[in-house]
Amino acid sequence: MKEFALIFRLKDISDFKPSPEQMQERMNWLGSIAAQNKLVDKGNTLLPIPGSAKTVKPNNVVTDGPYTEIKEFISGYIVVRAENIDEAVEMAKGNPVFKIGGNIEVREILVK
Amino acid sequence: MAELPASHNELLPHLFRQEYAKMTAVLCRHFGLKHIGIAEDIASDTFLKASEHWAINGIPENPTAWLYTVAKNKTKDYFRHLSVFETKIKNDINSDRPKQENDFEFHEQIISDSQLTMIFAVCNPSNNSESQIALALQILCGFSVDEIANAFITKAETIKKRLQRARNNLRNDNFQIKTLSKSEIRSRQETVLQTLYLLFNEGYFSKSNNQFIRKELCSEAIRLNLILTENPLTNTPQTNALLALMCFQSSRIEARTNEKGEAILFNEQDKNQWDKSLIEKGNYFLVNATNGNEISKYHLEAGIAYWHTTDNKDKWKNILQLYNQLILIEYSPITALNRTFVFSKIYGHEKAILEADKLNLSDNDQYHALLGYLYAKSDIQIAIEHYEKAIKLTKSNTEKQTLKKEIERLNELG
Repeated sequence: MKEFALIFRLKDISDFKPSPEQMQERMNWLGSIAAQNKLVDKGNTLLPIPGSAKTVKPNNVVTDGPYTEIKEFISGYIVVRAENIDEAVEMAKGNPVFKIGGNIEVREILVK
Repeated sequence: MAELPASHNELLPHLFRQEYAKMTAVLCRHFGLKHIGIAEDIASDTFLKASEHWAINGIPENPTAWLYTVAKNKTKDYFRHLSVFETKIKNDINSDRPKQENDFEFHEQIISDSQLTMIFAVCNPSNNSESQIALALQILCGFSVDEIANAFITKAETIKKRLQRARNNLRNDNFQIKTLSKSEIRSRQETVLQTLYLLFNEGYFSKSNNQFIRKELCSEAIRLNLILTENPLTNTPQTNALLALMCFQSSRIEARTNEKGEAILFNEQDKNQWDKSLIEKGNYFLVNATNGNEISKYHLEAGIAYWHTTDNKDKWKNILQLYNQLILIEYSPITALNRTFVFSKIYGHEKAILEADKLNLSDNDQYHALLGYLYAKSDIQIAIEHYEKAIKLTKSNTEKQTLKKEIERLNELG
């Protein structure tokens, strides 16, 4: 088994705060992965709001908010266990983030 | 003690269960954990003397006080013999011998303190959980080896060996039975709660058909848990959450088996048989459990058990969310299967079958029982195949009976 990070990205900060229904769907998705005993780390949610996010750049330049040069921000991540990247991708497909225009980056974790 | 049975033949076993463990705990506090054997000998001797004396002279006015006076005298006798022995064979004195310190008293505070410390001594992480439960039953609840063997459906010989090993570990441990410090409580409370949780489950989900033993295990777990709630140091939100869980589960204990000892599924239980006073106690302890920010698995399980007692329209949604959280804290096949069952209540059997397929639990009897249930609506043949696999895999005769009945029912439909 390998481990993969699933990194969630959103485009719009207003989508960050989910409705109770969205929250429920997200928890169902997470619970389903955990029920397969394939959740390695339930990860964290990363706050993108002012006061909770800054980006530090060269020459002591500090800007407010997440790194938005690519017009998206990372809203959180989890770590899952899967046979291969295809299986990890299948898991990601069930996540409700796509309904609000988000996306998920799947990355194998280097085992040292 | 207003409810004592009249004849001494009935009285003695009743008192024995109640007082033997307490007496051992008090004596052990006096002698130190290393000499638990001596403490138990004196307690046993005391009850032996009671059975002989009461048969001839009748039951004394206050049986408990009588027992404790005898135990005290026997302890004095023990030290008298010991001192004779020591003066005669001085060279052999070793420091390992128990020493008589101040005279000890039996009174309520000491009894309850001693019991609490004993709980913490017995729930020793150096023993595996099976041994801890067996040890708890023997030392904390006064069960005989045969009764423990009966509860585990194991040979008495196996239990004896298991207890022997566990007691050796206990003796070799440096755990101080006299005073229970804050740090000791903190480091061991989780193990203590886990042992009580398993003790309760052993009774509640036991494969043993002996209803009496099963109820005894559950009520002993509750009794020990109550002792924890009576001391401010151990009366934590987790302790209350676990106690709430036990109360909610116990409230259904009468309703979940029929007179033949066969299991009655949750949906088919007669709700009038649920014990309302236990549900209320569960609510009380669940409220106490919210004094704090932590959410333990006991909180989540108590929450699930609470929703089961209600008829709220959002009941299943709430239960599913609690299962989602529970499985994030701790994976177990049974939680995964229960979660899928609840999922089917909200999203239907077809979607639940897809969820179940991902679980990878085909060696598990309850997995096949669940799939049997989920397929029963759409494909009777597949449902029966799963039920048959479940029958092959399960070790419980009660479960086998229940599943066979279900197959018969489906055959009549098909």
